[in-house]
Amino acid sequence: MSFLEIANIDVAYGDIEVLFDVSLYIEKGEVLSVIGANGAGKTTTLKTISGLLHPKKGSIIFNDKRIDNLSPEIIVERGIIHVPEGRRLFPFMSVEENLEMGSYNSRAYDDRFETMKKVFDLFPRLKERRRQLAGTLSGGERQMVAVGRGLMAKPEILMFDEPSLGLAPILVKDMMTAIKEIADKGTTIILVEQNIHASLNISNRAYVLEQGYVVNNGDAKQLLDDPSVQKAFLGI
Amino acid sequence: MGSAILNGILMGSIYGLTAVGLTLIFGVLKVINFAQGAFLMSGLFATYWFVKFTGTNPYLALVVVVPFTYFMGYYIQKFLIKPVFESEKDVREPIGVIIVTTGIWYMLDNLALMLFGAQYRTINVPSVSKAISIFGLYAPLSKIIGFFISITVSGLLFWFLKYSKMGKAIRATSQDREAASLMGINQYKIYNVTFGIGTAICGIAGAVLLPFYYVYPTVGMHLDIMDFVIVVLGGLGSIPGALVGGLIIGLIESVGSQFIAYSWTIEVIYIIFLIILFVKPSGLFGVKGEF
Repeated sequence: MSFLEIANIDVAYGDIEVLFDVSLYIEKGEVLSVIGANGAGKTTTLKTISGLLHPKKGSIIFNDKRIDNLSPEIIVERGIIHVPEGRRLFPFMSVEENLEMGSYNSRAYDDRFETMKKVFDLFPRLKERRRQLAGTLSGGERQMVAVGRGLMAKPEILMFDEPSLGLAPILVKDMMTAIKEIADKGTTIILVEQNIHASLNISNRAYVLEQGYVVNNGDAKQLLDDPSVQKAFLGI
Repeated sequence: MGSAILNGILMGSIYGLTAVGLTLIFGVLKVINFAQGAFLMSGLFATYWFVKFTGTNPYLALVVVVPFTYFMGYYIQKFLIKPVFESEKDVREPIGVIIVTTGIWYMLDNLALMLFGAQYRTINVPSVSKAISIFGLYAPLSKIIGFFISITVSGLLFWFLKYSKMGKAIRATSQDREAASLMGINQYKIYNVTFGIGTAICGIAGAVLLPFYYVYPTVGMHLDIMDFVIVVLGGLGSIPGALVGGLIIGLIESVGSQFIAYSWTIEVIYIIFLIILFVKPSGLFGVKGEF
């Protein structure tokens, strides 16, 4: 049994079904990409794993236990952390307070100062800005806080939703390097991206979503050259 | 005149305290709590009966009134408001919840009417009702104590929100509830605690008001409307705003009644309220746009 295994889930917002019979798995220590165009169901997949949405059908199993009907805060306690799209920082709290909120769960709270040091090592920029309100940071810095806040939770699986969104190309590269570094230290990563080159380059495997269905999956490097992927994203 | 200003400040700080409870609940739940006046009435009655039965002074009643009102708020949120709130969680402005709080208001008011009757009740605490002089200005001791309790409670609340783990979680939830869930914060527990604190603050305000106020089942109504004005004036969701708003209202009421009939001071309050809203629609301390 894999570390995290999603089996045949259907997910809907009210009556509007978004995911159809999606299955995917991830092994411990892997970097997994989920790629797809706008509206393919990438964010929905992450929201379902983190418990913000519950599947109508199918199951999600993490560490041999079903998690698909648990609330988000319990899933966080289990160790799956979701860094949401658009950073979603607490704008009227300082960088430090935002990071501290990341370690709210009981597994991480007591070690929060130690973890924060590690986050500052990864993003020295944040240390300079630690007293500044998150709402006043630049886009790149906000993304650093969002990633740092995810790390503060001592994740077993860290899920990123569009970490490169709205960043300058040079910053996208830095962000991917940072994610790779986090993965190298042993955290399992699920990466959702529209920027497929950036994400596939640092991933082991990938799934391709289209209109709520998994249409392809396999080795990340091979998918990069796959004509079906080229077609789905470049429209040729 | 000097005494009028002093009395306005003292009274205003207590109005401010009652508004702090309302603004805290709004800031976190984004729900206007129409039962706020009824909670204040509950605090007043709880203090009244405590003083009646024990024969002690109303400040000692805080030991009982604070836990009583806290758990009242906590469980009202947990069992009555939460189910409606949950079913409306995707709605930008949850109207259903407002109707529930209105229902709670009517229920509590009428429960008090059934249990205690409609008469006005006061307590007489000679030790605190005498006026004392501060720099030659006179004010009743009960209002001075009320002022210090209001400032202390607001200060403690500020400290709690700024530095405690729960306080930070409350602030985080008020800023982005979905993101807070992703941090492992149980948002419904935060709402219960926030509602409890907001209600307990009303209880405290009740205890400090009672020595120079009166209590009857619909006493909350007058203060309720006053609180809405204060909270909107200061900026919805802002705690310093509620205190400053309270002081402004207290001063207008007290200083104004030196020159015009008391009932006309309320007119003045609304005129100033409207002027401030025209000039700064988000209120004095309000944040523009989203909160």
